Amino acid sequence: MIAGAVVTLALFIFPLWKITLEAPQYPTPLGMYIYINDFADANPHDIKNINIMNHYVGMQYIPEAIPEFKIFPAGILITFALGILIAIKGNHKWYLGWFILMVLLSSAGIYDFYLWEHDYGHNLDPKAIMKFTNPDGTVMGFQPPLFGSKNILNFTAHSYPQLGAYFLALGIALSLVAFYVGRKEKRAQNETA
Amino acid sequence: MKSIIKGLAVLTIISTALVSCNNQGTSSNGALSSSAAEKVYVAPGEQDEFYAFLSGGYSGNLTVYGLPSGRLFKEIPVFSQFPTSGYGYSEETKPLLNTSFGFVPWDDLHHPDISQTNGILDGRWVFVNGNNTPRIARIDLSTFETAEIIEVPNCAGNHSSSYVTENTEYVVAGTRFAVPVPQRDMAIKDKKGNFKGALTFYKVDPETGRMNLAFQVLMPGFDYDKAHPGRGNSHGWFFFTTYNTEEASTLMEVNASQNDKDFIAALNWLKIEEYVADGGGTKMPTSYMHNVYDEKKHMATSTQINEVLTVDPTEVPGAVYFLPTPKSPHGCDVDPSGEYIVGSGKLSADVTVHSFTKMMDAINNETYAGDAYGIPILDYDAILGGSVQSGGLGPLHTEFDSEGNAYTTFFISSEVVKWKLGTWEVIDRKPTYYSVGHLMIPGGNSRQPFGKYVVAMNKITKDRYLPTGPELEHSAQLYDISGDKMELLSDFPTHGEPHYAAGCPAELLAANSKKIYKLEENEHPYVVSNVADTRVERNGNEVHVFMAMIRSHFTPDNIEGIKVGDKVYFHITNHEQDFDVPHGFAIIGANNSEVLIMPGQTKTIVWEPKKVGVWPFYCTDFCSALHQEMQGYVRVSPASSNIELSWSLGED
Repeated sequence: MIAGAVVTLALFIFPLWKITLEAPQYPTPLGMYIYINDFADANPHDIKNINIMNHYVGMQYIPEAIPEFKIFPAGILITFALGILIAIKGNHKWYLGWFILMVLLSSAGIYDFYLWEHDYGHNLDPKAIMKFTNPDGTVMGFQPPLFGSKNILNFTAHSYPQLGAYFLALGIALSLVAFYVGRKEKRAQNETA
Repeated sequence: MKSIIKGLAVLTIISTALVSCNNQGTSSNGALSSSAAEKVYVAPGEQDEFYAFLSGGYSGNLTVYGLPSGRLFKEIPVFSQFPTSGYGYSEETKPLLNTSFGFVPWDDLHHPDISQTNGILDGRWVFVNGNNTPRIARIDLSTFETAEIIEVPNCAGNHSSSYVTENTEYVVAGTRFAVPVPQRDMAIKDKKGNFKGALTFYKVDPETGRMNLAFQVLMPGFDYDKAHPGRGNSHGWFFFTTYNTEEASTLMEVNASQNDKDFIAALNWLKIEEYVADGGGTKMPTSYMHNVYDEKKHMATSTQINEVLTVDPTEVPGAVYFLPTPKSPHGCDVDPSGEYIVGSGKLSADVTVHSFTKMMDAINNETYAGDAYGIPILDYDAILGGSVQSGGLGPLHTEFDSEGNAYTTFFISSEVVKWKLGTWEVIDRKPTYYSVGHLMIPGGNSRQPFGKYVVAMNKITKDRYLPTGPELEHSAQLYDISGDKMELLSDFPTHGEPHYAAGCPAELLAANSKKIYKLEENEHPYVVSNVADTRVERNGNEVHVFMAMIRSHFTPDNIEGIKVGDKVYFHITNHEQDFDVPHGFAIIGANNSEVLIMPGQTKTIVWEPKKVGVWPFYCTDFCSALHQEMQGYVRVSPASSNIELSWSLGED
């Protein structure tokens, strides 16, 4: 259980997610890493160059900072402390509780990410240089995929979790393992008693 | 026993049959040409194996090609103004072309040489010489741009240049046209004995590559034609061919060709360096310019220097000798081991090769054949390593592979001849089209040649390509030299007149080639790093526009308050930080050129409006889908008007 809580701290070191944009005139694709507290270039100046591309279709600039960069790290620190506390004081039922909490919080995080992506892809400047419409006449959006790959005009966008997300998943999985192991030990104790 | 003989007979028959099969195979033209095509074919998306830097001769510039494809990648402006980028027109680059004769916007660029460490190409810089108004330039091989130009005082026709020693300790300049030193008003017919041929050594800073004139050896007034450094055992020596040891001054084609032998001058620069370090030499007043480009400031500055340290070669014992060499030698080439010094008598059929070991023996035993102006002439037979009975005519230049072979061009008989060092036997010969001058094997004048290809650079083109009127580009041929026999692979036109060239493996340079200039490192005095700082300032009739550019607009793009008679400086910073997104700037009626500005760079161009009106400017490089919209206006009012300066972007 301690291990489970500790590995979630890897989020402070490794990126959570990566969005990559491929196009013929970008032999080295443009890319952006999403950390729990930052957006970072995959290669120098990528975010600046994504912004330059996106201004043609009226997309907003990727902000330097968003409120989530403060909320998410705080959340992770709190759940980490909670996890450690549970590991020392609690029993396996608490482990399950932590597991459920983490799954709910992660889902909320992903939903928040989706909302941001949707806004980023659909809230377009009305004076956009190039306006595209879908076959049904509605304004075309440029939302990158939440997970997976998608063609957006001349770009192919890829959106996949990175090492940080895998560590978070591992931490959550470990807590579930701890729950089962704890329950097994408890039953064994009951039988011998 | 019988069966053995029978067996041998059978073997002989089989092997004879095999040999004749092979002969049939190689005589098939179709098979040959298809394999040649494959060898030079670089598939779309693939890259070449070698960089080749070909001198542009009278274009004044240096061209960059790929081998084996023969594709032109870039023309690097060096000694000539280049409106394509604004080189020599922009305020930042004009100082690079300053000389003691004033602004000289052209030269005749001859002999590229890549910097070396331990006799091996290190790919940091390439040095080139300007022959006409004597100069040496250094090109930075991370930006492929001219970084420095230094003038050569007391020199005329800087031809035996710009070769580097094996650790790039020095780069040399030599004098092809002997002149009075210092210059003075005198009768031309009094030339003999009164002119000098200065050989100048520039110390190269090992970190920055900056050149500084260390010393100048004032040699007798012969014509110092070509040069190469010693390497290995002969490191510390430099060799220069001479012609016109007759010291003629008129109808030179006849009068400079009378002596059966001229000289190769052998200079022990280590000895002279020591002599100078001990306080030797004489300081002479002179005047020459040293122009340095600062990559962070994106700007060059000129400094005038008024003194040169000269050395009288007769005052440094053991430093200078003459090696008699037949028939007005031109090329002066040193093999990878440093043992052989090849002097190509250009009016001869044979190639003369001196032995460094024998030269040192002759020096130690004082085997002299006389002296010239107090400089010992070594005995020809004592120093001769060998002579290549080539069967060709008019040998000029020699390069080497790593297998102990030499390749010499023959101008008159128009061919490349391959011969063996040491045995002097001719191995192969192939025609060139036509009248070849220099040739180049990547690394072919270093300790480590990459003997896969040789490029022959010809002086005469005639019918090789579709005709383009009387004036033609020169032609080059590429040969595969990986086998015993040379194989002609391809034929391609070259720009200007390539004299020498230098080549190296692609991986030596490709990874270090810069993609952009970092905006945050831009120290240009007129940089605008932030669009909020864009502005227009007036100082009398000088107007300074602090402008920024990014896809797909200029900031500002509307300027008012300019008057006829103003001198408008557009200082423009490219705010892009993406590879290969330059923007250009051109304005109607500019009396200079456009400027092409790389990402993160600042350039300045001056515009002097002469007519009242509203005048456009625009981006010249198709930068984006909205490139056509990347434009703006300047309102020019009469000189007497009092319209205030104003500027804007995106305001109606």
